[in-house]
Amino acid sequence: MENNPSPARAVQNAVEMRNITKTFGSVVANDKVCLMLRQGEILALLGENGSGKTTLMNMLSGIYLQDSGEILICNKPVTIRSPKDAYALGIGMIHQHFKLVDVLTAGENIVLGLQGKRTLNRREINQKVRQIAQKYGFEIDPTKKVYNMAVSEKQTVEIIKALYRGAETLILDEPTAVLTPQETTKLFDVLRMMKAHGKSIIIITHKLNEVMEISDRVAILRKGEYIATVETAATTQQDLTEMMVGRRVKLEIDRPACARGERKLHVTDLTCVSREGVTKLSGVNFDAFGGEILGVAGVAGSGQKELCEAITGLRQLAGGSILYRYQKDAMTIEENIAGMRADQIAHRGVSLAFVPEDRLGMGLVANMNIVDNVILRSYQENRGILINRKKYRPICEKMIKDLDIVTPGLTTPVRRLSGGNVQKVLLGREILSLPQVLLCAYPVRGLDIVSSYRIYSLLNAEKEKGNAVIFIGEDLDVLMDLCDRVMVLCGGQVSGIVDPRTCTKEEIGLMMTRVGDGREGERA
Amino acid sequence: MIHQEPFVRVVKRTAISKRKVMLFRLIALAGALLAGALLVALLGYDPIQMYSDMVSGALGNSLLAVNRKGVLAFSTSSQATLKIATLLLVTALGLTMAFKMRFWNIGGEGQILVGAISCSYIAIHYGEVWPQWLLLLVMFVVSCIGGGLYGLLPALFKARWGTNETLFTLMLNYIAIHFITYLQYQPTWQIPGTTFPKIRDFAASTRLPMVLGVHVGWIIALLLAVLVYLYFAKTKQGYEVSVVGESANTARYAGMNVSRIILRTMFISGAICGFAGFMQVSGADGSLTTDTASGAGFTSITVAWLSGMNPLLMIIYSIFIAILARGAGRIQTTMGIPKSAADMLIGIILFFMLGVEFFINYRLIFRAGRRGEEAKAV
Repeated sequence: MENNPSPARAVQNAVEMRNITKTFGSVVANDKVCLMLRQGEILALLGENGSGKTTLMNMLSGIYLQDSGEILICNKPVTIRSPKDAYALGIGMIHQHFKLVDVLTAGENIVLGLQGKRTLNRREINQKVRQIAQKYGFEIDPTKKVYNMAVSEKQTVEIIKALYRGAETLILDEPTAVLTPQETTKLFDVLRMMKAHGKSIIIITHKLNEVMEISDRVAILRKGEYIATVETAATTQQDLTEMMVGRRVKLEIDRPACARGERKLHVTDLTCVSREGVTKLSGVNFDAFGGEILGVAGVAGSGQKELCEAITGLRQLAGGSILYRYQKDAMTIEENIAGMRADQIAHRGVSLAFVPEDRLGMGLVANMNIVDNVILRSYQENRGILINRKKYRPICEKMIKDLDIVTPGLTTPVRRLSGGNVQKVLLGREILSLPQVLLCAYPVRGLDIVSSYRIYSLLNAEKEKGNAVIFIGEDLDVLMDLCDRVMVLCGGQVSGIVDPRTCTKEEIGLMMTRVGDGREGERA
Repeated sequence: MIHQEPFVRVVKRTAISKRKVMLFRLIALAGALLAGALLVALLGYDPIQMYSDMVSGALGNSLLAVNRKGVLAFSTSSQATLKIATLLLVTALGLTMAFKMRFWNIGGEGQILVGAISCSYIAIHYGEVWPQWLLLLVMFVVSCIGGGLYGLLPALFKARWGTNETLFTLMLNYIAIHFITYLQYQPTWQIPGTTFPKIRDFAASTRLPMVLGVHVGWIIALLLAVLVYLYFAKTKQGYEVSVVGESANTARYAGMNVSRIILRTMFISGAICGFAGFMQVSGADGSLTTDTASGAGFTSITVAWLSGMNPLLMIIYSIFIAILARGAGRIQTTMGIPKSAADMLIGIILFFMLGVEFFINYRLIFRAGRRGEEAKAV
């Protein structure tokens, strides 16, 4: 372990961070972290959630100020108080959540906030943007409005924005989370091109295969502490995981073999139109069977959210039917739940559980404690006008024990829990309702490796109970390892349902951008 | 390119103990009293005498005493304070129903008045006809329905068309006040045989009975505080209100009918405020005037926020505000302090009491202070 990286002799250090400490209240986000970025290299910053990667980078880009420790840029100590300071030092950060103005064009967004001349010469700006794009191999139309752009295009705008401001050091916070495999390849080509032009790059990610592919060196953080920096060529994924987690972890995802059960959900011709009149889903057909996990892949905004909301009665349908088969009073009923509101579906006794994408804004009440969150979906079962919370306490305690939820107590508001524990509370509650269909939207998003594997095993357990699980995911590797079938969405249409055992990642990637008949799918 | 770090930074607190919160509040109170003392001293009055005058003006020399008729009762001064506190408490409880749902009901004033108008209609038209028990019962019911419907109106518009409830409820206040002005000129309402715009006094049979010299409303108010507390702590409906307030999205996901909950809760909120109006005309005043609510609909917002929406704390804060209001009135007569200065005094005290919430939620880190910490750490 090199705890105090000594200055390299031949190459100059683009960035050096020495003993950086940052605390938020009683939480130590970074504890004496050291990091060194050489000029002209790609450094991957690896760590689980909450390990302090983003905090560290935010200090470099001027969003936070360190409590102690020093930052050196090109071997000179500096104080970075604002993003403006960071840009003046040649540091540009591309955040996970893009900071663009939708109604402006790419070119306008790029110069936004820059001290310019009294008038704006758009032609000159656009010319310069095109030059930068050409130099590094981007594809961009500077006159395109941001609201017309796909996610990958927005990312391109963010990167060019940083380059336009003369950034020599670029920080990318989980840039591949929103991209298809093809787009990721393209991004990596651009990054290599930038490296060839002498730019220094820090890339935050927790996808190990990408770390291996793109980086020269890897710096690892664990729980706010600096662990080590290693040469990528001299390490393996297994070693990296061990350093990241602190112990050996099995990296394979289980896919237990189960006999396919009865059809639980039969969706035909599902069509949804947004309030603005945009078609969000059109002609979606699929079945979900007991004893299997059906994966749903697609670029962000391909209709995943609408699909979930349509099935759970949270969104009005423009057409189609959703046949739902369930047991009630020892009878099997198949009923069309299309057009019913969520409360009506709940009153039917339909055991459909839904883990929404927005955990704290939809699935849970952030300011309420675990008990009050567990009763959210079942409080109506109390007789009379009162809620007997005492009855739920042992249930909650058992859930906390079974799922290893780390919480100070039953009365702690769930917003205080870490992301993984929040998700366990949410998924735990939904499983408590003994669902026959479990619909999960991005259940491992933002979760660390250990929590993610815990979630996979919970989903597998539901599958083995003979229930149908629908898993909407973004990481294709996970979808292909975990699911029995994968349905690919593109622009609100199903471009195919494939068997991940016989299909390649590239094929799915192509289906994500193109609907079956070969024409380019629309992407919002 | 070397900058200094900022002089002061604001950091959100993660957790704070209840004792520390109480301590902060006490410090704020002390600070408020000190700042108020400074103000009156600058104006040339004796601050110690002013504060003692305020307290004795609001509570009298003794709180409870045997009066001339030989009956145990609140002293005359504290009776008036208690009436104000009752009105504030009930209205604050009503508003809290809406506030818990993050529905900013600024229309307490109007809902009090509509409740008062509704029951005044019964009092004036049937006051001499019906027996007292029936009168009070009907007056109670119509005041709740009146206030409730007046609260329902903005909720209906919000649920259907997403109108802004703050402006809507605020404007409804003025309609209610001016409707009373209109009633003052109506022959069936006006005092007979005069042209003076005043609504007739209520018959004795329409007045609430007294307990310890104050109308029974103060006991009902205390009970109501407990009821509202239990409503939020124990009932399904209270739970639903809290969930809708935290996130309408979550409520919808949980299968709640959000519009229905908004409508129901605003009806209850308005109904409680309407009930406050009934207590004011039938208990405290014995008649309906444009001053019936006397700003209680607004002052109660302060009461609700000071107590952090806790119905039981509201009992304390409504009494506190009532003492301030009465005391400020007293020092105008005993010490000749102008009304504007007395209002400033109340303003200063409330500013401190509300301002301390910032320090309960956030803490400040100073540049020099942090150096000290580092030195300690090293």
